[in-house]
Amino acid sequence: MMKSDSKRLSLILLLTPFVLWLGLLVIIPHIDMFLLSIRERIAPRTYETSFANYAEFFGEPLYWNTLARTALMSILATVLTLFIAFPVAYYIAKILRGKSKSILFLLCLLPFWVSELVRTFGWMILLRETGIISNFLQWAGLISGPIELLYNDITVIVGLVYTSMLFMVVPLVSTLDSLDDSLIEAGYDLGGSAFSVTREIVIPHAMSGIISGCIVVFMLTLGNYLTPILLGGKSSMWFTGQIYTQFITRFNWELGAAFGFLLLFVSSAIVWLGLKLSGQTLASTVAKN
Amino acid sequence: MNYDLECKNLVKSFDQFKAVDHVSFAIPKGSFFSILGPSGCGKTTLLRMIAGFYEPNQGDILIKGKSVLNTPPNKRPVNLVFQHLALFPMMTVAENIAYGLRRRKIGKAEIKQTVTDALQRIGLPDAGPKQIDQLSGGQKQRIAIARCMVLKPDVLLLDEPLGALDLKLREHMKVELKQLQSQFDTTFVYITHDQSEALVMSDQVAVMNQGKFEQVGTPQELYYAPNSAFVAGFVGESNRWQGKAVSADNQSITMETISGLHIHAGIPLESDISTISRFSVGQDVVTYVRPESISLKRITPDISGNNSPTQTGENILQAKVKDLLFDGAKSRALMTTSSGETITVSLPQTGEFSNLKNGDELMLSWRADAVKIFHDSAL
Repeated sequence: MMKSDSKRLSLILLLTPFVLWLGLLVIIPHIDMFLLSIRERIAPRTYETSFANYAEFFGEPLYWNTLARTALMSILATVLTLFIAFPVAYYIAKILRGKSKSILFLLCLLPFWVSELVRTFGWMILLRETGIISNFLQWAGLISGPIELLYNDITVIVGLVYTSMLFMVVPLVSTLDSLDDSLIEAGYDLGGSAFSVTREIVIPHAMSGIISGCIVVFMLTLGNYLTPILLGGKSSMWFTGQIYTQFITRFNWELGAAFGFLLLFVSSAIVWLGLKLSGQTLASTVAKN
Repeated sequence: MNYDLECKNLVKSFDQFKAVDHVSFAIPKGSFFSILGPSGCGKTTLLRMIAGFYEPNQGDILIKGKSVLNTPPNKRPVNLVFQHLALFPMMTVAENIAYGLRRRKIGKAEIKQTVTDALQRIGLPDAGPKQIDQLSGGQKQRIAIARCMVLKPDVLLLDEPLGALDLKLREHMKVELKQLQSQFDTTFVYITHDQSEALVMSDQVAVMNQGKFEQVGTPQELYYAPNSAFVAGFVGESNRWQGKAVSADNQSITMETISGLHIHAGIPLESDISTISRFSVGQDVVTYVRPESISLKRITPDISGNNSPTQTGENILQAKVKDLLFDGAKSRALMTTSSGETITVSLPQTGEFSNLKNGDELMLSWRADAVKIFHDSAL
């Protein structure tokens, strides 16, 4: 009896913080948000349950265009991050040995010791009209007048990829690290080229890392607020900016809550689709890391 | 004579360390060639050079008479069975075997046929759709070999593939590997640190030590006529004594150990006259005697032993049983001489000595030509 009691106690103690976190910070706010999103103000201080907020989203092209644009650009940023991070991770995990390996890994980590805000301002110092790159190009005589490199979609993507790199490199390095070198050698020994070894051996092995990295990067990018607003300016049309506007500028919490739910729904749907297309399950990608 | 694989003066150094030091050998077609050596002797480096994963600093590698030095590993007509087999866990058994064939742009139907044939040949006709982790150690072994053999390599390299198996399976796989080799009729180059694997399976064995080949020969030659102290000590079990040469004549050399034991070593007939002059009185020498070449006799009152060459070329010695090491047909006894030397002897399986006890006195004798004598280098 004693033994099972103490076992139960330790289980309860272990679970309490988790249950509190889940309940107070995830479930209750979401329930409240949902309730907020399905009420409509018909007169001051009188509300009625309806899906009018959702209807407004679909009725106003600006809103759903913004969401579609945000989702597509997030997918693009995720794919670009993967293409840049994969060779980096492969180089760290499979080619470097010993000290240089940990140094390079640390170098990937280093920028993240600085806050995202500061890093984004770093980009602005480089890219603005009176910034370093513009001045340098003028000094070199390549352009005649100052050039504005901020406030366009390419800059936003660059900023997002930069912000996301670490979250892709870490899971990729850990899965690639676990790939036995002799499998790669066997791939070559049996006549494989660099391309076919990568496609048939390295990528299938790294699939769980690729998917978990992509999920994290996609979620972070889709929900990012700072980078698109600062680098893209007013015209960035990022969906989180739209939510901010509803809550803070227009004080329309009901519509803002509905937007929040739509964002959650779209991101979940895209992740689900990605898992289906790659033939992975959420459990297998998370459990392996 | 045409050789499947020839290595000429291969050298490979890592920084200051010479892993492979001027190694030359040639392997005739269809033979089973083993490279035997302790870990760190450079055998894996040698194998990886042949496979193409390392580039030699010097020398040449020829396969069927053609240099492959500038051929990358994926284009060489050799395949390697890795130490841990390196089967692809992301593919089924059939996909593993088909991997190399797919790289050669062979038609799907033909690949399927070849894979089926290969599975039939290794006795696993139904294993095709299985996952790698569903296989036992011995089955994985066979799949790894089949995966290479479907590509019909000129030479198959094997890097201690039996190392990870348990003893029983290892014994079984030794026989099976030998059979697979004759079945596929391909040249096998097998590296191992296990002398029994090398002796059982090979046509030719090269004993490697510190980057050099000490001796290349048939298993019998290595066992009965080792030409260096290292080979005598490494291949098979031996009693080893160090000492000084105290006398030498036409037929034998007598050595005295520090504890005063005298060993008479014969000079093999076939060796040239310089052998005798090689040893002179006062030199440091080392001798090896196999436990099974020592014959045992129970003490009877009329003979008493103090190693004096009563019959020509015979060592006779009295010793006491210190320990009995029972191991079925390989049972041995540890004997101590009056001077305190320990000698390992094999117990004959005739039952004559089955009632031997610790402390029993026995007469040991062995022929002088069963003693291998070498200069004592700093071993």
